[in-house]
Amino acid sequence: MLYREALNRAIDESMAADKSVVILGEDVGRYGGSYRVSEGLFAKYGPKRVIDTPIAELSIVGNAIGMAIAGLRPIAEIMTVNFSLLAMDQIVNHAAKFRYMSGGKMTIPLTIRMPGGVSRQLAAQHSESYETIYSAVPGLIVLAASNATYAYHALKAAIFLNDPVIFLEHELLYPMEMDFKEIENFDPFKAQVIKEGENLTILTYLKMRYDVLQAVPQIEKELGISVEVIDLNSLRPLDMKTISDSIKKTKRVVLVEEDHKTGGYGAEVIARISEQLFYELDAPPLRIAGEDVPIPYNRKLELASIPTPDKIVTQIVQWSQANGL
Amino acid sequence: MNSARVKTFYYLMKLGREFELAAKEQYMQGNIAGFLHLDIGQEACSVGTMQAFDKGDVFTHYREHVLAIARGMDPKLIMAELFGKVTGVSKGKGGSMHLFEPKLDFYGGDAIVAAHLPIATGCAYARKIEGEMAGVFAIFGDGATNAGAFFESLNIAAAWKLPIIFFCENNYYAIGTRIGWVSPFEELYHKARHYMPSTRINGMDVCEVYEAVMKAKEHIEEGLGPYFIEAETYRYEGHSMSDNGKYRSEEEMEIFKSRDPIENLKKEALKLGIVEPEYFEETNKKVAKEIQEAIEFAANSPEPDLSELYEDVYCKECTNVIP
Repeated sequence: MLYREALNRAIDESMAADKSVVILGEDVGRYGGSYRVSEGLFAKYGPKRVIDTPIAELSIVGNAIGMAIAGLRPIAEIMTVNFSLLAMDQIVNHAAKFRYMSGGKMTIPLTIRMPGGVSRQLAAQHSESYETIYSAVPGLIVLAASNATYAYHALKAAIFLNDPVIFLEHELLYPMEMDFKEIENFDPFKAQVIKEGENLTILTYLKMRYDVLQAVPQIEKELGISVEVIDLNSLRPLDMKTISDSIKKTKRVVLVEEDHKTGGYGAEVIARISEQLFYELDAPPLRIAGEDVPIPYNRKLELASIPTPDKIVTQIVQWSQANGL
Repeated sequence: MNSARVKTFYYLMKLGREFELAAKEQYMQGNIAGFLHLDIGQEACSVGTMQAFDKGDVFTHYREHVLAIARGMDPKLIMAELFGKVTGVSKGKGGSMHLFEPKLDFYGGDAIVAAHLPIATGCAYARKIEGEMAGVFAIFGDGATNAGAFFESLNIAAAWKLPIIFFCENNYYAIGTRIGWVSPFEELYHKARHYMPSTRINGMDVCEVYEAVMKAKEHIEEGLGPYFIEAETYRYEGHSMSDNGKYRSEEEMEIFKSRDPIENLKKEALKLGIVEPEYFEETNKKVAKEIQEAIEFAANSPEPDLSELYEDVYCKECTNVIP
């Protein structure tokens, strides 16, 4: 199943199951969604529930919050996370805070889908990853869907949660053919061990999952070790249990993320590991992250700005040698 | 002018005014902290609108104590909220600027200027597709009409013919900035008139406010789309307790005070002989008692327990998994 088809199926089934589910965003209706995620839904559910909005992100999220207050379960699509900054006030000051500042009286069952990350030469204003920003906001749930199975189940769960969910997708994943399996009692907040190993834990999420998996055979070969890989899936809440179980076994941890290194999401994960698991570690943790630059257009520079399988191998090998692994 | 309605207007405006005066005093005594925005002078807008718009959803800015009272919120619960007590309408977590009561369809107290307008607009969309044509009432100040969220909301509400009343309280000052310095004109209903029927009224006259909102209500209920009202009004106090309001001239203040909504309603009612003089005296006593009770209730209520700190960040089923 294609990644985008998994998302489409999750939305379609949710809309079929519950009339209160609506979707809104730029080009989500008649056009079918800029990444074809909402393809076919307009014909099936009509303009009242599949809402083409103006290019006004503040209002897309603001309107969706109002719909949620009125009892709907809106799914707002922001064309890319880069545009979500225009809706930041609505997401952070309103969706995330209404429950708290009303003393628990308000409920905002809202899902905001947004693709992000470095795609292919879309340049600085269409290539960012802002999970670090949203994950820092109390009141938000942040899920990062790297694969069809998680995307399908987690999106369905998000739609029916009674809190605002930032649902992160990655632009390069939409056309990818992926394994898909239906899972009963799915827990969207659980990290997944996607490869078991003994000597090193690599934490990652979204598209970097694939870069890491591509790098792992080479790392194992060069270092003569076995590597465990964990896809975090849920960024807020963070499943520290799965992380902790793995680190207690492997004693070493590397985090691979596409976001800029300074203040990136990985900084929080490594900080927690340092606080909670310091004496479990046999080596200082390593972050492999994007460079601290706006994303450049030129392909060579673009690739130089983010981790690639080759860079992941090189940096882990260097780090291992420096730390006596 | 209808006798029963005039009495209700008077009672609610007086209750609102005395509530605000009491809040001011309690603030000075240190029982209320943070930002406190008083509605004194603007009661006709708060009361006239809520008496007319008696069904449907209300979204408001942060100068909302009297609006909440006029909507039916118990002054005790508001005062307790101002005191930061757990018995407050938002459990002491919201304060003066965040009075929410879904039971009254009152989603108020948004403290980001103009940001509640897209939310109100989205709510109006939902009501329209549900066939709930009582619709939505959104109230905001002159300052909000310069923000992007305002224009986006006018555009969307008009494009989708949503049942929503935009009610602008133009008191001429966004904190200390005169509206004319930052807007091409001071009569703000011009900003909406290409999108929807748009009118300017005397916001110091509760009857005029009431009639205007009744008319707007009929318009939205008939499915004709949004409606805009600009009400000229004036706040006698500063923007908040930390503002002395001295950027305005005494002459200007006197002009508006001569149009005081409460005193003029009383004068007019007496002149027309539709309300007996004793009513006002009795009402004033009743109001004084209610305000006293509200203060006592707030003062005697407990603070929130420290365990409340982590309550209400997420819904129950999410709280279990969020660290």
